[in-house]
Amino acid sequence: MMIGYQRSDGRKGIRNVIVVAYLVECAHHVARRIVDLSADMDVHLIGFPGCYPNEYSLRIMKSLCVHPNVGGVLIVSLGCEGFNRKALQAAVAATGRPVDTLVIQERGGTAATIAAGVKTVAAMKASISNTPRFAIGLEDLVIATVCGGSDGTSGLTANPAVGKCFDRLVALGSTCIFEETGELIGCEQIMAERAVTPALGEAITACVAKAANYYTVMGYGSFAPGNADGGLTTQEEKSMGAYAKSGDSPISGVIKPGDQPPSNGLYLLDVVPDGEPRFGFPNINDNAEIAELIACGAHIILFTTGRGSVVGSAISPVIKICANPDTYQRMPDDMDIDAGRILNGDATLDEVGAEILAKITALASGGRSVSELLGHQEFILTYKSFEPVGPACLPVKARRA
Amino acid sequence: MTPKDSSQLILLHEKDNVLACRRKIHRGDTLLIDGTPITASIDIEVGHKLARVDLGPGDVVLKYGVPIGSITQATRIGEHVHTHNLKSDYIAITTRHSTGEAAQP
Repeated sequence: MMIGYQRSDGRKGIRNVIVVAYLVECAHHVARRIVDLSADMDVHLIGFPGCYPNEYSLRIMKSLCVHPNVGGVLIVSLGCEGFNRKALQAAVAATGRPVDTLVIQERGGTAATIAAGVKTVAAMKASISNTPRFAIGLEDLVIATVCGGSDGTSGLTANPAVGKCFDRLVALGSTCIFEETGELIGCEQIMAERAVTPALGEAITACVAKAANYYTVMGYGSFAPGNADGGLTTQEEKSMGAYAKSGDSPISGVIKPGDQPPSNGLYLLDVVPDGEPRFGFPNINDNAEIAELIACGAHIILFTTGRGSVVGSAISPVIKICANPDTYQRMPDDMDIDAGRILNGDATLDEVGAEILAKITALASGGRSVSELLGHQEFILTYKSFEPVGPACLPVKARRA
Repeated sequence: MTPKDSSQLILLHEKDNVLACRRKIHRGDTLLIDGTPITASIDIEVGHKLARVDLGPGDVVLKYGVPIGSITQATRIGEHVHTHNLKSDYIAITTRHSTGEAAQP
């Protein structure tokens, strides 16, 4: 049975993680040591490296610290950085979660702060160990998908299998999110036709055009050398393969990083910053995308890979779905699902889609993904800038009863 | 359970003029392309593409039933289609939409 932790905002978590959050690179080592010495698979490190303040990063850190999978937060500040630590602490405290801030410059330096942090985490762990748990359903879950290390098999097996799983989830009342408009270039027209309103369709087309412009200015599309080794030749070919993850359900809205989908259904996450390109590539690696999906409330990430990614994430478990049978043979211990069987004729897309759904249910019932068991808790957050979404992006206002 | 398919190739959409490799193809293998036997001229890896018909420069390549780029040099049926003979049209197309004229690649 799927069991969740009830949170004060009405959302339900499938994990009860204590997050240790550093607010500048200068506090990273201290925070890392607190996590290491706590030696607990449900104590996770997140953080922001920059010293200059940034509205986006504050918003994402707030969203992550009040994520339904998070039970308590320890903030680690050097003391002089630009990050608004009081606003972060207040946002967490407002939810009733235990939260504390350690300022290294006020605590007497590295060793004293680490010692204090380890004690604080242990006390928090004890205080959240009896958080009430209740039965939850698929309608309580937000499931997001991302692909990384794609090759020519990704669009034949793992991605369309996730699409089948997404179709099932949407039909069962879950909220699903797909993303990376830079990897959907060339798919904008077919995507727009799936929008629940024509105005939303135009908003989808506009956000892909924004991505195309952004990547043109950057001088690179979202296309790595490994993609070509794996048989993908062009950006638009890769896009079609990536697009298959979204399945066939109607698209209910477009959200931006840190927005919570207002209803169940399928949402597109627009990850490309607004305005003139300022801070470099929209997402410098797969974990930057995963962190944003989790900031949108994702309980579980479905990560498809052809070349063979090994990553997991802080806060929410990652299910790795291997598209390529040869990759699976080389690194089976890093994969939760062997979607390459579809190529051999040993399974259908529907069967693998059902297997992914069963894995989601297992993780929401206390099971662990392979990346969780291997200790993968990657996390990265960098500078960005966004405008709020326009009214056309969210035609569905409230969660269906 | 689907029956085992012995073919090395997948046709993803009936409009497509390329086929995707589901199993490694070895030089000398006989491939059946729409019923026509073709001898593979080189090894082709899983996930790569090969021509379903003879293609020439400027031909638009269709995969999943949609354009994924244009052919840059004559490519015979059964030959590998990849970066050496297929180029993206995406930057040019996108810029044409936004400025009204084609951009230099």
